[in-house]
This record gives sequence, structure tokens and C-alpha cells, in this order.
Amino acid sequence: MKLDKDQKKNLYDSMLELIRVTSTQIPEDVQKEVLKALKREKKNTTAKYAMEIIDKNIELAKSKSQPLCQDTGTVLVYVDHPVGFNQGEFTKIFEKAVVDATKKGYLRQNSVDTLTGKNDSMNLGPGHPSIHFHEHKKKSLEVKMMLKGGGCENVGAQYSLPNVALEAGRDLDGVRKVILDAVVKAQGKGCGPGVLGVTIGGDRGSGYIASKEQLLRTLDDKNDIPALKKLEKDIVETSNRLGIGPMGFGGKTTLLGCKISALNRLPASYFVSISYMCWAFRRQGVTLTGKQKISKWLY
Amino acid sequence: MKKLNYPFDEKQIRALKVGDMVMISGKLFTGRDAVHKYLHEGGKSPVNFKNQIIYHCGPVVLEKGGKYEVMAAGPTTSIREEPYQWEVMRDHGIVGVIGKGGMGPKTLEGCRKYGCVYFHAIGGAAQVLAEKIKSVDDVYLKEKFGSPEAIWELTVEDFPVVVTMDSHGGSLHSVVEGESTKALASELKKKKSTAKKK
Repeated sequence: MKLDKDQKKNLYDSMLELIRVTSTQIPEDVQKEVLKALKREKKNTTAKYAMEIIDKNIELAKSKSQPLCQDTGTVLVYVDHPVGFNQGEFTKIFEKAVVDATKKGYLRQNSVDTLTGKNDSMNLGPGHPSIHFHEHKKKSLEVKMMLKGGGCENVGAQYSLPNVALEAGRDLDGVRKVILDAVVKAQGKGCGPGVLGVTIGGDRGSGYIASKEQLLRTLDDKNDIPALKKLEKDIVETSNRLGIGPMGFGGKTTLLGCKISALNRLPASYFVSISYMCWAFRRQGVTLTGKQKISKWLY
Repeated sequence: MKKLNYPFDEKQIRALKVGDMVMISGKLFTGRDAVHKYLHEGGKSPVNFKNQIIYHCGPVVLEKGGKYEVMAAGPTTSIREEPYQWEVMRDHGIVGVIGKGGMGPKTLEGCRKYGCVYFHAIGGAAQVLAEKIKSVDDVYLKEKFGSPEAIWELTVEDFPVVVTMDSHGGSLHSVVEGESTKALASELKKKKSTAKKK
């Protein structure tokens, strides 16, 4: 499947627009939880003050069409494509959209050569943007995107069970203990109230990848697996009783959500991989028509 | 709500306490990972930091017709500067640090000893904070470190922050950390005792 000239142009326009919207607007499901948190915090506290500024920031970013947060993060892209799709061609067009989004200020010059420390100022280089392709049976192309900043990425954690120090064994109670430990350790640093994407099992690599994919679920999405559904709810409720609060100022809202999946593991391994997303949860997605124009926004 | 106006001095700084909500007006200098490492290794500072405030921030800046425009400018996580910050207080005489997430005991001791405070800005609030920037007055070390890591000299008006570490040994971060760690221990105990009852 080769794209013609018009399709290429449309795909480029669609991707640039996807980057703009992702960087400047918060998805509806997240904003709903932010508003709930704002109401929940007590008057005349620094927690309430923080939530008020967050709320105002969401409105301002949207109306000015400028980045919600200056750390426009790792550009994470999840492409579901039909059989026979040309991944190389997509990558080339998407990278051009990234460069132009950077020139327009939707993205910060955010990609640094780890060895030389040089910032090429165009956001391209080994590992960036991070594009994940999956084949699906549909005929249309679906592109989901997240911008994940360094502050929240740095507080992600991976535990190997059993964990002696935390008395965490190889069961869901042990999983609960290490997740809550990560929540306490993330305080202040990850721009709370945040959202957790968690994967139990897998290897060290697949666990982290899958934990990020959990962040593609909307916050009101319920887990199909009863035990995980229960654990997700419990993690949010328990975390919100710890008094960490927005920005770690103390307060009632520490987490806006928690999403958990499970992968098979080796008999010898039992990993819990946790990805933390900040309140400035930049996630969007589109379905494209055959002409590569946006037909539907996914969040 | 308190006001802190430029020029800053130690007396104003010593009057601030943990929990104070403050509006800062005047000059700020951004400086983050690369700048702190550079100063620590004996690099020559291109600006005189005496009585100035350092802002842990890597802004999105566009150059339009030879002028700089700040598109987004929230705080970055401060704890990465924990090894260096006290030294910058001692050697360069800064009186304030703006960032997010708070800092550790070395910085807290530096604040007490050299007369400095830690202001917490709201992480992720890049637009609310960029709106308070009235002008970009200069930029230093941009070629060397790249735009996000450069020192941007900014003039701000009513820049909203909360004092979370003061010059008298007070730290909101150590309080919340202590209390939440205790709260977690009691949550875990709760679960244990209900499990036993069954």
C-alpha cells in the first residue's frame, strides 16, 4: 500500500494537527477528574490554590493553542494500521510533522544526544519519536499519541517480587504494597495529582511498554478482570487517604486514576512495572479516512 | 497573599515562612541541570547572581523577528540540583530558588545558612506562568547548552509561588513525606488486621 501525493500531504497535515491538539488540550476524561479534585480540596489551602492554577492553565493552553506544559516530553505514538501498510513511509511523514511542530512551538526542543549532550533542536534522533506499530484487521489507520514529560517519567518504578524490605510477596497484596510505595516516593516530583499505568508480569522491557499502554485507557474505563478492577479502585482510594495531595502540598487528591494490566511471566520473575503520568496528561488520537484526513478524534 | 518585589534582599527573604503564598515581581534567571553542573565544576558565571532568584525551568522559546517569545514556562523537578544548590547559594549569593517537588537537607541547610528560600511553582502550569513573563531580557549559554538548558533572563509580574522551604529550617516537603509514610504504614496494618479477622 503506497500513498499518493495527496494522501501524503493529508497525512502530514493530520499528524501536525494531532501533535498540536495533544500538546495544548487535555482530554475530556482527564479534565473531568481534575475538576472533581478541585472541588474536593479544602478552601484556603495550598492544595486548592494548586488545583485552581491547574484548572486555569488547562483553559489558557487551549485558548492560546500553546503547550499545556513546557516539557512536551517523549513523543509516544501508537499506530494501528491495516495489513500491508508502509511503516517506513509513515515514519518519514510523522518525523516531518514533529520537526514542524517544534518550529511552531507545539513541542519543545527536547531531544538530546546522550553522549555529546547536543540538542539537535528538531526532536529527532535514536529512539525519538518513539513509534509503536500494531497491525489490525480494520481498513483505516488509527494513531494515538501521548506526550510524556521527564518529571513524571523519572518517578516511574519497577519492582521485582518478592520485595523483602516492603514485605511484598508474589500476589496481588504484594503488588498493592509496591504500587503504594511508588506513590509515596513520587510525591511532589511527578506533578500530582497523577495517574498510574501498571503492568504485572512480562519481562523488564515488555512490562514498562505495557504499563504505558495502560495510560491509553480513559480514566472512566473499567477493567474487565474483576480482581484488577478492584485493585485499581483500591489504589486510588488508598493513595488519596495518604495526605500527599496536589504537588505534594498535602491534601485529598494524590491520584486521579490507576490502570492495571497483566502479562504472563517466567516462573522465576514477577515484575511490577509502574508508569506515572502527571495531571498534564497529554493524550489524543485520531482515526483517518482513506484520504488520510482526520475522521474522528478518539478522546 | 504576600508580595516580593525586585530588588530582592536577605531581609525580605528571612521574613518568609513555609506556607506563604507569594507573588514575585521583577527579575528571574532560569537555570537547570546543565547550568548547575557547570557552576559546580568551576565554570564562570555569565551573570552576577548576587541577590537574584534562580528558576528551575526549561522554557519553550520561539524567536520571532529577532525577538524572543516565551511560549511555555513551568518549573522542572528541583531535586536533581540537590548536590549543587547549596554551593550556588554560598558562592554566588542567590536568595531564592523556584522549582517543583522540593529539595533535600543540603539545600535546606544552605537556605538557613546563606539566607535563601525555596519557592514552589505549580508544575505543569506552563501557560499561567508564561503569562506572568513580561519580557525576555537576555539569554546566556544558549549555544553551549541548547535552549531549554540556557540561562534566560526574564522580567515577571505577580509570578505565583508557595514557600515550601524557608530560611529557618522549615520544610513542607519533609513534613508531608513523614506524615504520608506514617499514613501508608497504618493503611497497610489496617489491611492486615481485616485479613486476620477473616
